[in-house]
Amino acid sequence: MTTNDIIKPENLVYRKPTLLNDTPMHYCPGCSHGVAHKLIAEIIEEMGMEEKTIAISPVGCAVFAYNYIDVDWIEAAHGRAPAVASAVKRLWPDRLVFTYQGDGDLACIGTGETIHALNRGEHIAIIFINNAIYGMTGGQMAPTTLMGMKTSTCPYGREADLHGYPLHITDIAATLEGTTYVTRQAVHTVAAIRKTKKAIRQAFENSLNGQGASLVEVVSTCNAGWKMSPEQANKWMEEHMFKYYPLGDLKNLL
Amino acid sequence: MEKEDILLMKGNEAIAHAAIRCGCDGYFGYPITPQSEVLETLTLEKPWETTGMVVLQAESELASINMVYGAGAAGKRAMTSSSSPGVALMQEGITYMAGAELPGLIVNVQRGGPGLGTIQPSQSDYMQATRGGGNGDYNVIVLAPASVQEMADFVDLAFELSFKYRNPAMILSDGIIGQMMEKVVLPPFKPRRTEEEITRECPWAAMGKPKNRRPNIHTSLDLDSARMEETNRHLQAKYQEIKNKEVRYEKVMCDDAEHLIVAFGSAARIALKTIELCRNQGIKVGLLRPITLWPFPTEEIARLSKQVSSILSLEINAGQMIEDIRLAVEGRVPVNHYGRMGGMVPTPEEVAEALKQTVIK
Repeated sequence: MTTNDIIKPENLVYRKPTLLNDTPMHYCPGCSHGVAHKLIAEIIEEMGMEEKTIAISPVGCAVFAYNYIDVDWIEAAHGRAPAVASAVKRLWPDRLVFTYQGDGDLACIGTGETIHALNRGEHIAIIFINNAIYGMTGGQMAPTTLMGMKTSTCPYGREADLHGYPLHITDIAATLEGTTYVTRQAVHTVAAIRKTKKAIRQAFENSLNGQGASLVEVVSTCNAGWKMSPEQANKWMEEHMFKYYPLGDLKNLL
Repeated sequence: MEKEDILLMKGNEAIAHAAIRCGCDGYFGYPITPQSEVLETLTLEKPWETTGMVVLQAESELASINMVYGAGAAGKRAMTSSSSPGVALMQEGITYMAGAELPGLIVNVQRGGPGLGTIQPSQSDYMQATRGGGNGDYNVIVLAPASVQEMADFVDLAFELSFKYRNPAMILSDGIIGQMMEKVVLPPFKPRRTEEEITRECPWAAMGKPKNRRPNIHTSLDLDSARMEETNRHLQAKYQEIKNKEVRYEKVMCDDAEHLIVAFGSAARIALKTIELCRNQGIKVGLLRPITLWPFPTEEIARLSKQVSSILSLEINAGQMIEDIRLAVEGRVPVNHYGRMGGMVPTPEEVAEALKQTVIK
């Protein structure tokens, strides 16, 4: 039996989503972005929305998300993705419109846009990758950086007096009347990936059905920025990140 | 023309009515004096119930311009309006629009600065408007209305130019034109474009990717410097084409003029009275009114500089357009400036006096 004999439709147990193209990803090995991208590509396909999706990419590591998933993309200025998405969704109400943003983009420079788009109940889904660090610019302190955590701009560790506290933006989002679904997930284990997939699917369906704003936070690793191996980073995330950012639904009105 | 077609309204209101009538898909704005009537008129008119136009009060000017950015990327005719400090905030979105080659309209009803300045009229954003205003090498198409009628007429014109060249366009008005009431004939109704029309006319729009085309991706980012330089070369070639084809201006009593006033917008209205005062005293003055501030009527001013013996740049600012005039004149004749600042508006008499001083010199 040769390899070609095995490649038959009935033997197929897994395949790369068609929307995920073959462009080599720029993400570091071990980074959570790759898994999140794959889930999004899978979900769009499963929903049959390949031709009706308008995606908004951020500034940060995911700025090049448009290189990997073959749908129409608009790359927003730093933090402005929710404003861009608000207009796009209002002008194309039957489209699936989502943003994909990191913690610096969503919870720092774009806090205003995030809160107001969510609070207006825009029918958009926001996928929020929270790895507590600025990855693209080389590991600086983020709004979600944990207390005591070392980054290149808090090299002695985050201190309240100097830097203030980590921002629980997802908790804030859950208090807003415009949000219908706010959840915090992760992609470090198979079980977690399955849950995240379900969460993103619900957020996308909410957008499509005009059911208000949804926010899916994915607590993520940045092993390069954290200066750890991918395995260490996953462990560190479980031990430290989940304490600050516990997984689960914060709000689900549907 | 039927008598009842002539209406009396503010320049800001004319902008709003013209937007509804010219098939605008979306308006995104944030209140600021002296232009809040644009958003107020739109919300009062409720165009979402008639033409389907979206009207949204955003949380900031940053959000407004980025909504216009998104709308333009998705192939829609979208606009915002603001006044000077708000337009300063919008520069981020405008440079992104230029970089990603996206259409959209920005209306600046200028007030005096710097900083929070004053709510009274000014033309002190001329440099910001005509030099791009944000980071990078780019230009915005800038139209300068001098009447309420032109406020109404330039909305559609700005959209047409903006989509033709896939470049942001600006109407650079001021608190005088925005707030004053004049008679106006509103443009005829033009329906919003259908999905089929947008698909045909804007094949680049991000509106959902059919199976038979590559994804439409709108970004101004490219980390490959050689490619980025090519992108810049392409932009510069486009700007040159706009300079060649889209210069607009008006000339008043230039045929026998021995002296020339160059003024735009409300300053041009003041200049008309000044010319009358001067001509009554035997001083032959003409007016060149740039209608497009970018592209600037450089060639026409150069031509006129061979005919007149002096040029006065009348601006409601400290002297900004004078630099463009001097570049056009290349030292052939003296070019002087007269203007007021901080929300003060020059009278025709003081302009005539300033002109006479320079004539005597």
